[in-house]
Amino acid sequence: MGFLERLGHFFDDIGLIRIGSSYAADIDFLIVLVTLVVGVWFVAAELIFVYFIMKFRDKGDGRRADYIDGKNKRHKKWITYPHLAVLVFDVLIIVVSFNVWHKIKLDLPENPDCVIRVTGQQWAWIFQHCGADGELDTADDIYTVDELHVENDKLYHFKLEAKDVLHSFSVPVWRIKQDAIPGRSITGWFQPTLTGEFDVQCAEICGFGHTVMQGTAFVETAEEHAAWVAANTPAEAATPTADNTPSAR
Amino acid sequence: MVEPAVDLTHGHPHDDHEHHGPQGWLKYLWSTDHKVIAMQYMFTGMFMAMVGGFMAYVFRMQLAFPGMNVPGFGMVSMGEYNALVTNHGTIMIFWVAMPVLLAAFGNFLIPLMVGTDDMVFPKINRLSFQVFFVSTIVILASLVVEGGGFAGAWTAYPPLSANETYNLTPLGSTLWVIGVGLEFVAFLLGGINFITTLMNSRAPGMRAFDVPLVVWMIVVASILFMLSVGPLLAGAIMLIFDQTIGTGFFNPATGGDPILWQHLFWFFGHPEVYVVLLPAMGVVIEIIATFARKKVFGYRIVIFTVVATGVLSFFVWAHHQFIAGIDPRMANIFTITTLLISVPIAELCFVYIATLYGGSIRLTTPMLWALAFVAEFLIGGVTGIFLGAAGADIYFHDTYFVLAHFHYTFFPIAIIGTYAAFTYWFPKMFGKMMDDRLGKWHFWLTIIPFNMIFIPLFVLGMGGQHRRISNYSGFSELARDGFQDIRVFATVSLLIMLLAQLIFFYNCWKTWRSGPKAGKNPWKANSLEWTTESPPPHGNWHPDEMPVVHRGPYEFSVPGREDDYWPQNEPPRRDS
Amino acid sequence: MRPIATTRAATGIATGKLAVWWVLASEVVIFGGLLASYVMFRLGHPEWADAAAVTNTYIGAFNTWVLLTSSLTAVLAHQAAEKGDGKRAAMFLYCTIFGALVFLGVKTYEWWYEISHGYTITSNGFWAFYYTAAGLHAFHVIAGAVIMAFVARDAARGRELHRVELIGIYWHFVDIVWIFLFPLLYIAK
Repeated sequence: MGFLERLGHFFDDIGLIRIGSSYAADIDFLIVLVTLVVGVWFVAAELIFVYFIMKFRDKGDGRRADYIDGKNKRHKKWITYPHLAVLVFDVLIIVVSFNVWHKIKLDLPENPDCVIRVTGQQWAWIFQHCGADGELDTADDIYTVDELHVENDKLYHFKLEAKDVLHSFSVPVWRIKQDAIPGRSITGWFQPTLTGEFDVQCAEICGFGHTVMQGTAFVETAEEHAAWVAANTPAEAATPTADNTPSAR
Repeated sequence: MVEPAVDLTHGHPHDDHEHHGPQGWLKYLWSTDHKVIAMQYMFTGMFMAMVGGFMAYVFRMQLAFPGMNVPGFGMVSMGEYNALVTNHGTIMIFWVAMPVLLAAFGNFLIPLMVGTDDMVFPKINRLSFQVFFVSTIVILASLVVEGGGFAGAWTAYPPLSANETYNLTPLGSTLWVIGVGLEFVAFLLGGINFITTLMNSRAPGMRAFDVPLVVWMIVVASILFMLSVGPLLAGAIMLIFDQTIGTGFFNPATGGDPILWQHLFWFFGHPEVYVVLLPAMGVVIEIIATFARKKVFGYRIVIFTVVATGVLSFFVWAHHQFIAGIDPRMANIFTITTLLISVPIAELCFVYIATLYGGSIRLTTPMLWALAFVAEFLIGGVTGIFLGAAGADIYFHDTYFVLAHFHYTFFPIAIIGTYAAFTYWFPKMFGKMMDDRLGKWHFWLTIIPFNMIFIPLFVLGMGGQHRRISNYSGFSELARDGFQDIRVFATVSLLIMLLAQLIFFYNCWKTWRSGPKAGKNPWKANSLEWTTESPPPHGNWHPDEMPVVHRGPYEFSVPGREDDYWPQNEPPRRDS
Repeated sequence: MRPIATTRAATGIATGKLAVWWVLASEVVIFGGLLASYVMFRLGHPEWADAAAVTNTYIGAFNTWVLLTSSLTAVLAHQAAEKGDGKRAAMFLYCTIFGALVFLGVKTYEWWYEISHGYTITSNGFWAFYYTAAGLHAFHVIAGAVIMAFVARDAARGRELHRVELIGIYWHFVDIVWIFLFPLLYIAK
């Protein structure tokens, strides 16, 4: 793993939050980059600040302060150069941020393995899984409440909707977050890369039970997921398409 | 605490132009004196700060010890928790930061610093406070009506805020909107006074660039407020109609759009940050200049930067909405504008640091507060960069990282800035010197716990903890022992910080009882308020002795002068 | 006695006039926010044109004429006040108030007609904006007329004549808001 990639895994490495999706490391890399860039500025500014306070403290020796009005160029450059440098670093951050933003929110990878519909309502998540056929709004769709089942390493599209008020679909381990708005369907994507059970939070206050609007994302291996699909496909859909079992797919 | 205001109009030689009208304490209720109105704003704001602080205590206790019977409150239900965080935010911004920093110090300082005897519209000024007072009662009433206080976050996003079947607080949410709306009206009335007083009532000889920076900043803040609040007032009318008569401005089922409110809210909400930031920035630069005995580094740079910040602040609002369902392409534009605004703000911080260079720094209590403002606000500023970058905001949006970030901006503004201003102008307001030793104890016992509250919250936010959730025990990742320890740590720090405020109140009480008298100019500062009695009499100066200005406010340590300060009104020597 | 503050004019512009302009600046953004929201919605909802077709353009045009005329009398009042003729200024101000009352009367008739035909504020988005924007404007008309009555009473006694101009500036603003409302709510079908 290269150094830059290692940086993207920093928060995973220190055990704060795991990397659970294909783009989580991109976001983390951006965060680490911003931390480094502004961190240098921040530390430098605070150090100079404290140094000035120490150095120019009135020690009771009768020394008078200098008279500097900051009008001439010799003095002003101490402000203009750093602030041009801030501008340069801003551009760097903007460029990297654009990349991440475009990858996650603007560019939708085509040919998803499965499309799911996520509907927020007071105060639960309703997940409509594509089922065995990989397509949404067919008879074999699997509906669950507060439980999202996905297969590891598959590309998912989601359609995010809300029934009543604003909700926000957030799975921190995947670094995914998108508000759900009543009356709209917002499409996005994710690709889980880590099996396990992860928290789904609602990230937009949605009324009395906002706290308990908790879900779980189950990321399963291909076999586990096939078994789950088989066990949960609605009976009326399973019978006519008996051939269309996960093993036949 | 109210008695000091009494002294403002009593026992001074200039009683000859006293008000005629109601006598006794009623006189203070109906006074049009800008100093009395400033005190009214300040004490109302301080009272509301206690209310908001108590709310913080209650919900932090719930977070540290979920389900506990919080002493002084009881069990915190999920709905009550939501109402507590909602009103904590609302009160701290609209009923603490704005009335104390903008209204109280604006009212107290502007006429004194520009060398006049009152605001240009004293009665409108009084009306401003009266409207504000009514709004205070409305917001307090909204907490206790049937159904409880509004619980849809201080941003009040519809449809949750617009429909009682969703928010379950039919009275609370309407009263909340009315209260906030009245508060806006109060500040519009006050702002007109601030702007016109600065423009028209400056002392003879005072040019635009002889005005102390704090006055500039308060006035720029008032202009920002005036130009940004309108759309939200219109939005508030729409929201009230949605709530009460069933229109559908924000209801998608009837062709409305909930995102519209977010645009209206943040078009105001972001400039609002600068509305409260600028007065605090102004207070801090006054104090730094005085106690570093230095001229401000680049007075005009500061003013131009502040104006640039103000203009830019109108073009960044959607960075609050990156993931709210707006067109993702818009995020690119707002990422650029948001990161650009870091340039003028960074420049302001550089100016403040540069002003220290070559100074003769005296670490009095107000100076400590002012320096702490710069040090702490820097943290708030740099963490803002993370949130302005849309890519990182996908993860950080609505987490505790955001919460910690804006507390690192608003705490320095509303608490540190206020204490800086209060301790610096206390001698002028009440005529007595506060105890410096107690003041420093109070300072350190506020600053250190403050950092111990919010630095851990950055970690929680990075760990994926979202805001406005009353109990994390249901989330496997957030219920980790380490995370719960962090929550307890933050809560304990808060308790220490709240207790430390008792030192401040004791100091005020002690100073009021037996503090040494302050002369006219205890800090040896230059601006005009230090040339009159402490506290200033009604009319500020004797009508025959109104100040005339000869120079800018920061002529400290001018070479060739015996004194290291040079009051603005001191006539130039004939021989020079 | 008057505070010294009120007697100064460092900018050379009367303080009252400055204040009125700042009031208008804050009012502009209130109406600006409301109308911008309306325009955005209107562009997104072409079907609102059906609702807009119900509004009566002729009545709206008549009301526009009434307001413009009342602005003219406000100017004449200012002119009279400049010459120190308080009585004449008051007379023209009363004319303006009369214009305001006619405007409100016509407005009442319109609303009564529309509401009795089932077009209420809750009917759809267009009507919500129609009643809110026109209502907010009507509120400004009422407030302006009341203030104007006080100014006229003083002016008739030759007092505070400079206020005639201030209320006139405000009245022009109310007029201009209507100039924006009329095409947006009535003409655009």
